[in-house]
Formats: sequence, structure tokens, C-alpha cells
Amino acid sequence: MADGNIISVQGLCNSFGDQIIHKDLNLDVRQGEILGVVGGSGTGKSVLMRSIIGLQEPTAGDIHVFGEEMIGKEEDEATDVRRRWGVLFQGGALFSTLTVAENVQVPLREFYPDFSSDLLEEIARYKIHLSGLPPEAAHKYPSELSGGMRKRAGLARALAMDPELLFLDEPTAGLDPIGAANFDNLTRNLKETLGLTVFLITHDLDTLYAICDRVAVLADHKVIAIGPIEDLLATDHPWIKEYFSGPRGRAARRGHAKRVDK
Amino acid sequence: MADAADFIQETLPDGSEIVRFSGNLAIASIGDLDARLHALPDSVAQIDLADVTHIDTVGAWLVYRTAQKHDAKITNADKDAARLIEAVSGVDDSAPVAPVHVSSLNRFLGEVGMGVVVAFTTLLHFLGFVGQVVKASAILMLNPGRFRWHSVVQHFDMVGVRALGIIGLMSFLIGIVIAQQGAVQLRQFGAEVFTINLIGRLTFRELGILMTAIMVAGRSGSAFAAQIGTMKITEEIDAMRTIGVVPAEALVVPRVIAAVIMMPLLGIFASLMSIIGGGLLCWIILEIPPDTFIIRLREVTPMTDFWIGMIKAPVFGAIIAMAGCFQGMQVEGNSEQVGLKTTAAVVQAIFLVIVLDAFFAVFFSEIGWD
Repeated sequence: MADGNIISVQGLCNSFGDQIIHKDLNLDVRQGEILGVVGGSGTGKSVLMRSIIGLQEPTAGDIHVFGEEMIGKEEDEATDVRRRWGVLFQGGALFSTLTVAENVQVPLREFYPDFSSDLLEEIARYKIHLSGLPPEAAHKYPSELSGGMRKRAGLARALAMDPELLFLDEPTAGLDPIGAANFDNLTRNLKETLGLTVFLITHDLDTLYAICDRVAVLADHKVIAIGPIEDLLATDHPWIKEYFSGPRGRAARRGHAKRVDK
Repeated sequence: MADAADFIQETLPDGSEIVRFSGNLAIASIGDLDARLHALPDSVAQIDLADVTHIDTVGAWLVYRTAQKHDAKITNADKDAARLIEAVSGVDDSAPVAPVHVSSLNRFLGEVGMGVVVAFTTLLHFLGFVGQVVKASAILMLNPGRFRWHSVVQHFDMVGVRALGIIGLMSFLIGIVIAQQGAVQLRQFGAEVFTINLIGRLTFRELGILMTAIMVAGRSGSAFAAQIGTMKITEEIDAMRTIGVVPAEALVVPRVIAAVIMMPLLGIFASLMSIIGGGLLCWIILEIPPDTFIIRLREVTPMTDFWIGMIKAPVFGAIIAMAGCFQGMQVEGNSEQVGLKTTAAVVQAIFLVIVLDAFFAVFFSEIGWD
């Protein structure tokens, strides 16, 4: 981790049968940045995230997280690394039979069985507060929450262990524009307050402009470009051009320029 | 991360107490700090963070909570600490995390009340469900073009064909058990030959159909409830309604028809397998050769026994399929519900089948089919 890279992926290959997802993919995530990962549907954004967090065994390649080799690691050693990151899945993936507060307590109970239940409740309560949920959401079940609140509840659970690294899989998908902008602000604030590094998969151009320090573009089975958006705009890869210079891309850029002017 | 979090308590010259935190105030290293902080005396007026090497939100929360409790001042907090303490402050302490606790008497009364309400609403919903299915069937009869043959045939396969193996084996073994027990008991009277009566009549009239119904309820009734329940959770059923497909027509009627047609066929198959099992045991233990067994069987088993089984089987099939589909439709909210309703579907189906079986037994005796 001497080079300041929290995640370092080298030569990653993934394939399902004949279908090649990644081929010789390289990616570095620097300490304290929000890295946005974009790419067309089916370019393997989620597979990349699943490979990094160990839900998917890659065909070949090296993955280092916090400077530790993750491939072929023993289960209990991997667990020690896993507790240092939090993951927000696309649908929230909350345990539907537990309340929001109980969901937040699940990882804490797992790793720190000695904590008193009072302390667990206090921790759950302030995590829920940090995620921007109202206190009464704590004892609601996921089915009683709106989509946006479910995402926040999922975020509260991802933050339960005070992670250094946060994985977000399309956090603003399915949210209304106001909710999405609020979620972006929340991500930015949490990153600054808690000193997080964020790996963010998104399709939301506004999110890219608003909070991402760097953006990685996945195409042709690898990361074809990585850097601040301004740098990406200068490249002439057709997909990147179409992505950022299409009508939506231009609208997001104008919106961002206006906000910056203010 | 080696240095565990700790604190010391000192008394200042002016008589007030100061708590000095030190080390790594993070979730992995706080140990028993929580309990020790609870035990602090009321006179604490100041909390010092000068020796803290690292702090995370759990540490910040403990500091904030202690400060709030004793109305103490936090000093020497570095930038990180100040920011985190700021972030965790402002939590509304009064909001309960767990649902409010109620006394056991109240809870008992509440549960009884809920039980009664649930029983009546379930009955009401079930009547509504039966009405829907009857209506859907009537519409399908008037518009045969809308009938989903493909789905029915698929369920023939699931309910019938794929159950042949397990139902055959089960019935074969039951035939052996009946024959063996019958032979042992009847031998005491020298009436071993009546074992054949026992096998023939019990199989066609009762056990063949009843055991098949129990197996179909366990295999297919549960599958119906789980399939439809999962579709309910994933909003597939809502999608169907929006598109204009009536769930009762598309999901329930094909399953009910498949069960109604397959039950008698499985029943005949099960009865035959029982007879084979029983006949085999008679041959081996009682030395009754197969041809004698069959001649005797045809003499003692009246045709009405067969018809009784064939009348009961489709009724049982309908009950099993309706209970499964109904419970599946009752699923709401979370995945636990799918499990609960699947269990309920099987329990209800088997219970209703046995209740009706008792009713049929009395009925057929009364009309002289004995």
C-alpha cells in the first residue's frame, strides 16, 4: 500500500464458458478517492466488483486490497480484510426478516460478539442517522421502506464496521433526481467525514460529474481509460465520446458547470 | 492498531474529574471500554483526547455519549475527532431500536385476537379465491381459446410424471407393510387368506388414494405455494394484472386442472404398486401364488371400492392445488412469508384431505357401498 493504492487489480481475466468478460484488466484505486466505474451493459462492471470482494473467483490475475493478495487467501484471513470494507448491493440486499437496526447490527454481532446489546443499539442508531434516515426508520422492516430509504439502510449496514473502503453498486439507480442528488451528497459527505475510499459503479452521469474524483471506463474487456472526467473528454475512443457527448452527457455537463458557477 | 483504547481518571486541582482517553479509539480495539465508561462517577467535567492516536465513529460515539451523560467538556480533540464527534451527534436518543416491549398478558390477548381476526379474514379470502377460480374456469370454458394447454401439460409432467418414482416406491412398501402385518395378525386365527381382502380393499378404498394425496400435497402443493409466493414478491403477479392477464386463469386454473386429472391416475398407479408389493409378500411368506392371489383379489374386492377411490381422488387433487395456490397468493412482503405460507399450504391440504376422507368414509358406508 506504499504506493497509496487501496485496490490494485492486475491482469484480471474473467470468463463464463466461451464468453469473455475481462481480459488482462488493470485498475488501481487510490486512497481517499471516489472512483466511478462506467461501461455499457454487459461490460462486467458488477463482475469486476464481485471479483474484488471475493464473490467471484477470477480465471486469472492478481487482486490486492489494502496491499494484501486476495486470490487464493484462506477464508479466515480473507475475513480479516473483508471487515475493513463495506458493500452496498444494487437492490440494498437487506435481510428482509430483520428491522433496519437489526440489519446494521448483523456484521457487528458477527465480529464483536462481546459488545453489549445497548452499545449495539446505540451504534445502529447513529449509523442510521449518518445515512440520513429518520430515527423511526430503525425499527421498520425493509418491505416498509421506500426504494431510496432502502438504499440508505443498505448504506448504514455497509458502514456498520467503520470500513475504510466502500463499494457502491449503482447507488442512485431507481431513485428520483432529487433523491439521487441527495444520495450523491451523502456519499461525498461520508467520504470526507469518515475518510473513506469509494468504488462506485454507476450509470448516472450526474453522479460522475458531482462526486467522482476519477472515472474508469470499461470496454473491450478492459479498462480503456481512467482519469478525471476532463481528461476522458479529451480521448477519442468512440464509446467514451458517445457516452459523455451524447445528449444526456452534455446535459449533465451543463448542469455541473452551472452548479460550479454558483 | 496494536495500542488498545484506554482511559484514566484524574482529579484536577479544582476538585472536578477529568477523563483522559488514549490509544486507538476504534471498533476493533475498544474492548470493555463501553462497560467501564458506564461506571464513571457523575463528577466528570472534562474529557481529554490529547493522547488518542486514531479514532473512528464508534470511538467518537463513546466520547460523545460520555460527554452528554456527564455534561462534560471535550478538549484537545484533533480535526478527525472533532469531525466524527460532530457527525455522530444529533442522534435522537429517544427513538426505540427494537419494537416496544409489551407485557405478556397483553401480548397473549393480542395474539388471541389476531388469531381470530386472521382466521376469519383467511376464510373470507379463501371464499373469494374459490369464487375467482370458479369464475375464471367458467370464462375459460366459454373461451376455450384462452385456455393455457401448454401450462396444463407442463404441470401434468411436474405433478404426475415426475412423481411416479417416489409414489410407486412408497406404495410398494406400504403394500408390503399391510400384507406383513395382516399375515401376522390373521395367522393367529388361521385366517391368513383374508390378508388378500385386507390388501385389496384397503388399498383401493383408502390408503392408495390417501397416501398419494399426502405425497402430492408435500411435493406439488408446496411447490405451487412457493412458486406463486415468489412471483408475488417479485411483482410478477402485479405485472400480469397490468398486462391484462388474470392470475387465476394463468396460474391457478392450470395447476388445479393438472392436479384434478393427475390425482386419480396416480391413485390407480399407487394402488397397483401396493397390490404388487402385497402380492409379492403373500407369495413369499404365505406361499400364495400370484395367479391364486389375483383370482382371490377379484372375488373379494368389489368394483365400488375402485369407484370410491376414483371419486375421492379428483376432489383431493382440487383441494391440494387450491390450498397451495391460495397460500401462495397470500404471501406479502418478505421471503420468510414464502416459507410460512408453503408450510401452511401443506398442513392445510393434508388436514383437509383427511377430514374429507373421514366424511367420504361415512358417506359411502351410508349409501351401501361397503
